[in-house]
Amino acid sequence: MNTPRNPVSALGGWTLGTISGVGYFTRFLGALLARSGIALRRPRLVSQQVHFIGNYSLLIIAVSGMFVGFVLGLQGYYTLNRYGSEEALGLLVALSLVRELGPVVTALLFAGRAGTSLTAEIGLMKAGEQIAAMEVMAVDPMRRVLVPRFWGGVIAMPILAAVFSMVGILGGWVVGVVLIGVDAGAFWSQMQSGVDVWKDVLNGVVKSLVFGVSVTLVALYEGWQARPTPEGVARATTRTVVVGSLAVLGLDFLLTALMFGN
Amino acid sequence: MPPSQRNSSELALSFTDVALGYGDFTVLRGISMQVQAGQVVAIMGGSGSGKTTLLRAATGQIAAQSGTVRVFGQELAGMPADKLRALRQRMGVLFQQGALFTDLSVFENVAFPLREHTRLDEAAILERVLDKLDAVGLRSAAHLAVGEISGGMARRVALARAVVLEPELILYDEPFAGLDPISLGITARLIRDLTDRLGCASVLITHDIQESFAIADQVYLVGQGRLVAAGTPDTLSGSQDAYVRQFLDGAPDGPVAFRYPDTPAFQAWLAQQQGRNP
Repeated sequence: MNTPRNPVSALGGWTLGTISGVGYFTRFLGALLARSGIALRRPRLVSQQVHFIGNYSLLIIAVSGMFVGFVLGLQGYYTLNRYGSEEALGLLVALSLVRELGPVVTALLFAGRAGTSLTAEIGLMKAGEQIAAMEVMAVDPMRRVLVPRFWGGVIAMPILAAVFSMVGILGGWVVGVVLIGVDAGAFWSQMQSGVDVWKDVLNGVVKSLVFGVSVTLVALYEGWQARPTPEGVARATTRTVVVGSLAVLGLDFLLTALMFGN
Repeated sequence: MPPSQRNSSELALSFTDVALGYGDFTVLRGISMQVQAGQVVAIMGGSGSGKTTLLRAATGQIAAQSGTVRVFGQELAGMPADKLRALRQRMGVLFQQGALFTDLSVFENVAFPLREHTRLDEAAILERVLDKLDAVGLRSAAHLAVGEISGGMARRVALARAVVLEPELILYDEPFAGLDPISLGITARLIRDLTDRLGCASVLITHDIQESFAIADQVYLVGQGRLVAAGTPDTLSGSQDAYVRQFLDGAPDGPVAFRYPDTPAFQAWLAQQQGRNP
C-alpha cells in the first residue's frame, strides 16, 4: 500500500533516482561504445540496420519535409515581400532547413517512428526470452543486438535530415517559384551565395549526428530497461518519444548557442 | 570437443546439496543430481515446482544460494564472464517458448550459433543448417519468416538451433509442450538419437511422463521444494511413494494439493470485497 511521504524525502528520492538514472544511462553509453568493434568487424550488421531504420522513417520524413518546405515558401514570401526582398526566399528556406528544421524535425519524427520501433523491438525481445537465449548461447546481446542498431540510427539520422532538407527546399521552390512567381534565378543564386558549406551545412550535419546519438541511445536504453510485459513495453515506448524529443529540443538550443552565437 | 573424443563417464552436470531461489525466497533446497555424457535425464515435477529454476542454475543464469553447481567439472559460482561464455559454447538450450529471433528467418535462426561461434563458409553453413532442419522435418521451411510458422514448428526450429553446434550438454525446457502426437514422438526419438550419436548429455525438463520415460536413463522428480525421488523410469514406475504415485497417476488427492492454500491475506481481501458489496 502506498503511504503518504513527506515532501523532503520525496524530493530526496526523486533526486537520487534521477542521479542514478543518469549514471545508468552513461554506463549504458560506455558499454555500447566499448563493444562497438563489431560495427567495424561485421559492417553488414550495421548496414542492414541503416537500411531498416531508414526505411521506417523515409516516407514520413520526405512528406513532412515537403509540407514544411511549402509553409516556409509561403510564410517566407509574405514576410520578405513586405520589404521587397522576395529574391532572398531561396536563402531563407535553405538556411531555415539546413541549420534548424532539417535536423530538429527529422530527429523528432525519427523518435516517434524509428525510436519507438527500436524500443518495442528490444522490449519484446526481452519478453520473448530472445535476449536470455542469446546470453545462454554465449553471445553478448548488447554487442550483437544493440551496437548495430545504435550505429545504424546514428548513420541514418544525417541521411534522413539531408533528405528532409532537400525535399523541403524543393517544396519551397514549388510554392515560391512555380506557384507565386518569384524569379527562379534569384531563388537559386541567393541560396548558392548565401549558404556556407562549413558554417551552415556542416553544422547541420553535426546537429543531426548529435541528435542521432541521443535519440537512438534513448530508444535502445528504454527498450533495454523495459519491464518484459505488454504494459512495460508500452510505457517504455512512450518514454522514448517524451525523453527523446525533449533531449533533441534541449540539445538543439545548446548546439545553436555554441555554433551560431558570437 | 568432437563427438568421437567424448568420454561417456565424464560428468557433464552435477548439483551437490544445492539451494536455489530468487532474492530471499528459496524455491528448491537440498538438490543433488548428476548427469553423465551419453545419458538422457528427465527432471519432472508439477507446475511451479522449480524445474525451470534448475535449468537456469545449470546455465549460470542464476547463482545457487548454497551448494555447488558444476558443468563439465567446473564450478559455476564466481566464474568470470569469459569462462562462463566459453562453457556456454559447449551447451545447447531449448527454451520453453522457443525464443526464436523474430527478426531472422527460420534458416538464419538455426545458422545464428554457427555464424557467431564458427568460421564456416556459407556452403558449409547451408549444408549443416539444412541437415538439422531436415532432422526436425522442416528443411523446406528454411526460407520462411518466424511469424509465418506455427507454435509447434517454432519449437522444432528452436530444437534444431539448440543442437546445431552439436553441444556436449543439451538442456531442453519442456521440449514436448505444444507438439502434436506425431511431432511429439519424433522429437522424443530425435533427442535419444542425438544423445547416442553425439555422446552428449541431455537434460529434459518436462511434464510428459509417457514420452520422457520412454527415452530417459534417469528420472528426478522435484516437488514441495525438494528432490522427491530419483531413479530409472522402471524404478519410479514401481515406486509406492505417495508423491510419486500421485504424480504418475495424475490423481487429484494426495500430498500435492490441487487447491491453492487459504491464507490470511486472501481472507482479508475477501472480507474487504464483501464489505464493498453487501
